[in-house]
Amino acid sequence: MAIKFTLNGKPTSLDVDPDMPLLWAVRDEIGLTGSKFGCGAAQCGACTMHVDGEPVRSCSTPLSAIEGQKVTTIEGLGGKVAKAVQDAWIKHEVAQCGYCQSGQIMSAVALLNDNKKPSDAEIDEAMQGNICRCATYVRIRAAIHDAAKTVRA
Amino acid sequence: MTEQSKIQITASRRRFLQGAGAASVGLVVGFHWAPRHAMAQKAAAGEPKLINAFIRIAPDNTVTVLSKHLEMGQGTYTGLATIVAEELDADWKQMRTEGAPADVKLYANLAFGMQGTGGSTAMANSWDQLRKAGATARAMLVQAAAEEWKVPAREITVSKGVVSHASGKKASFGQLAAKAAAITPPADAPLKDPAKFTLIGKDVPRLDARAKSNGTAQYTIDVKLPGQLTALLQRAPLFGATVKSFDASKAKAVPGVVDVVQVSNGVAVVAKNFWAAKLGREALDIQWDDSKAEKRSTDEVMAEYKELAKKPGLPARKEGDVDAAFAKAAKVIEASYDFPYLAHAPMEPLDCVVKLDADKVEIWAGDQFQTVDQGNAAHVLGFKPEQVKINTLYAGGSFGRRATMQSDYIVEGVEIAKAMGAKGNSAPVRLVWTREDDIQGGRYRPMYHHVLKAGVDDKGEIIAWQHRIVGQSIMAGTAFEQFMVKDGIDATSVEGAANLPYAIPNMSVELHTTKVGVPVLWWRSVGSTHTAFATEVFLDEIANATSQDPVALRRKLLAKHPRHLGVLNLAAEKAGWGKPLPAGKVRGIAVHESFASFVAEVAEVALQADGTWKVEKIVAAVDCGTPINPNIIRAQVESGIGYGLSATIKPGISLAKGGAVEQSNFHDYEVLRIHEMPKVEVHIVPSKEKPTGIGEPGTPPVAPAVANALMSGTKVVFRALPLPATASKSA
Ligand code: FES
Ligand code: FES
Repeated sequence: MAIKFTLNGKPTSLDVDPDMPLLWAVRDEIGLTGSKFGCGAAQCGACTMHVDGEPVRSCSTPLSAIEGQKVTTIEGLGGKVAKAVQDAWIKHEVAQCGYCQSGQIMSAVALLNDNKKPSDAEIDEAMQGNICRCATYVRIRAAIHDAAKTVRA
Repeated sequence: MTEQSKIQITASRRRFLQGAGAASVGLVVGFHWAPRHAMAQKAAAGEPKLINAFIRIAPDNTVTVLSKHLEMGQGTYTGLATIVAEELDADWKQMRTEGAPADVKLYANLAFGMQGTGGSTAMANSWDQLRKAGATARAMLVQAAAEEWKVPAREITVSKGVVSHASGKKASFGQLAAKAAAITPPADAPLKDPAKFTLIGKDVPRLDARAKSNGTAQYTIDVKLPGQLTALLQRAPLFGATVKSFDASKAKAVPGVVDVVQVSNGVAVVAKNFWAAKLGREALDIQWDDSKAEKRSTDEVMAEYKELAKKPGLPARKEGDVDAAFAKAAKVIEASYDFPYLAHAPMEPLDCVVKLDADKVEIWAGDQFQTVDQGNAAHVLGFKPEQVKINTLYAGGSFGRRATMQSDYIVEGVEIAKAMGAKGNSAPVRLVWTREDDIQGGRYRPMYHHVLKAGVDDKGEIIAWQHRIVGQSIMAGTAFEQFMVKDGIDATSVEGAANLPYAIPNMSVELHTTKVGVPVLWWRSVGSTHTAFATEVFLDEIANATSQDPVALRRKLLAKHPRHLGVLNLAAEKAGWGKPLPAGKVRGIAVHESFASFVAEVAEVALQADGTWKVEKIVAAVDCGTPINPNIIRAQVESGIGYGLSATIKPGISLAKGGAVEQSNFHDYEVLRIHEMPKVEVHIVPSKEKPTGIGEPGTPPVAPAVANALMSGTKVVFRALPLPATASKSA
């Protein structure tokens, strides 16, 4: 039985093992590779996607759980908040190896969608699930504050 | 990895750029660096053909620097392009960088004698080479314009990628590239006066910032060749165990599983996608032969280390008469320090893609050791190294992990492709390590035990210093052994200790090299990950015991080391050393040289009455020679501090009784998260010295600076990493 959902605005249908994690369905079956595999255990956030606007760990979300929902990956980001976040990421040169950054950006966009003026503590709380082994955390914080300013302007 | 070594792996002269296509016919400038003379060959008309190359200029006016170094986050692609662009007088916007192919003759790291990235050497070993490459290319473009315009070359100027003449004639690099490529490169193109640098020393934007902010940057895990399969390998549960027998029937029954093959390191499940491979691997039934496996727990091994430390080790440094000095010391201070195994845990787990044909193999990887990997892959296949093509992609971090003398993950991928090929399946194979594979897979920073003893005279001067280090050698048993292990001393076990800069008249540094069946490897800053902590914390213990200020004591002992002093003084000044802190805040300092760069860090720690604590701020001062890109230097120091702080506060890897690794993923091998990251201030010492590394040197001082801060606040000494979460209870 094919599972139907919306991926980056496009109606999508996949006939695979319903237990296949959303991450691998999107990467291996659909071929969008911006979302990364870091732990497979909801520990690192590298695989973060938005499902109906909420950030989820796609490595630990079975495909069956997103039937009928709207999935957005880094490739499908758009709009004022996303642009502000991505521009700030470039301006602050947040990325080092870059591998965690799709997930970081997805979490940051979700945060700013809810909260246009997050404090350091609120940033820490929202971003705690996203590991960066390059420890770009100082710049992630700065970029989020900067993006928030752009969003408010 | 810091010393010269020459690995003889033959690689014939190869044509490359085959993939570049006819559209990029343009200037290719290259040099053959053995024996030190620049030598380039005229490109045949219509075909981009080169002997060796760092620079490619396309008709569309893009300048591509072929990087012999892996970009794993440290900013190498940007830094190398900056050096070239500076000498070329290019416009930064036209610069690009891509990974050079594996070819030791063209792309050897001049510090290693083989192609590879590590030891924070990328800028240092490329500086002269790429300045010359850029200056020579510039001269060729100028000559091409002179011939075209029939004007003297000396009347031509180049600025921001535009070649021009007072007559009003102008041309872009792209327009001149084809003609310039046919010019014999001058042997002595003048280098730019550093006073005229416009890019070096400036914060030019990173070349990879955009692709790494929109999901388009390509990593190995993203490679998808037609028909490609995914493999997961079940490795032994104990280090040193081997496959006795296995039953693949259940695994093969998993939908999507294509085949199951045995290779040296275990049993691989090859499937249509990751998920099927994972389910298939879980369904494997393997019997292991653990007769040769390491079965000791880390506690048991550490107890053996402590026994060993009671006896003198092999001398790594001997100065003066330590015994006599101790005999007349007014006071003897002694302490021991313990360090656990550490996994690197780069964010992208190890992976490679292998496409094997009858007479050649192509590998895609975030490859850090191209020459070694090429040789090892060739060995598995009975090929010559030149039959192995390596495509180096962005690596999602490494911290040393992707550079191994055994090419573990590359060899696994090649063996799986070979085993599949033997069964008639020639599909390309992507090998993916899971995080569990990574955490449990070994090649850790070794576990160490240090014992230090100092004698002070009645004036508080240190007159004797004895340092004993116990732990495994990283280099023993590898091809590096002959260069890095002398008289039983692995230089990487004692670096940072044997070259301690402090002026102490009688010194002895000794090493016990142990044999444990846990594979070990260099981990961001290598020996300095432990020697900096042991020496810098011990120095503060001496300062305490002799009632001296830690900075004043270091100043006195570093009088003959201006670069150490420079960073020490700068960090102390910027952190307001000596000025009172608000209640509940404590401060500590450490200074350390690694990879010819000098870093001092002051940690500011909030310490609660109940003993809990949090690092709030690190003020760092760094001297890494001529700063090529200050913003990338700051980023690397921030990163190095975060990486070092992770090992300061989070437990390492342990082996249970019986030898099994106790951790498996980020829930029990925890790493630093955003709420634990302090503010970081980085101050760069202005310098005209040649640039040295910055990928690693930020890491060593952070742990001792934090421990010293806690010691100053609690009067309790912390002698093991990780530091306890509650500072008042432990000693
Ligand atoms: S890969 Fe999903 S949280 Fe780590
Ligand atoms: S940028 Fe490397 S893991 Fe975050």
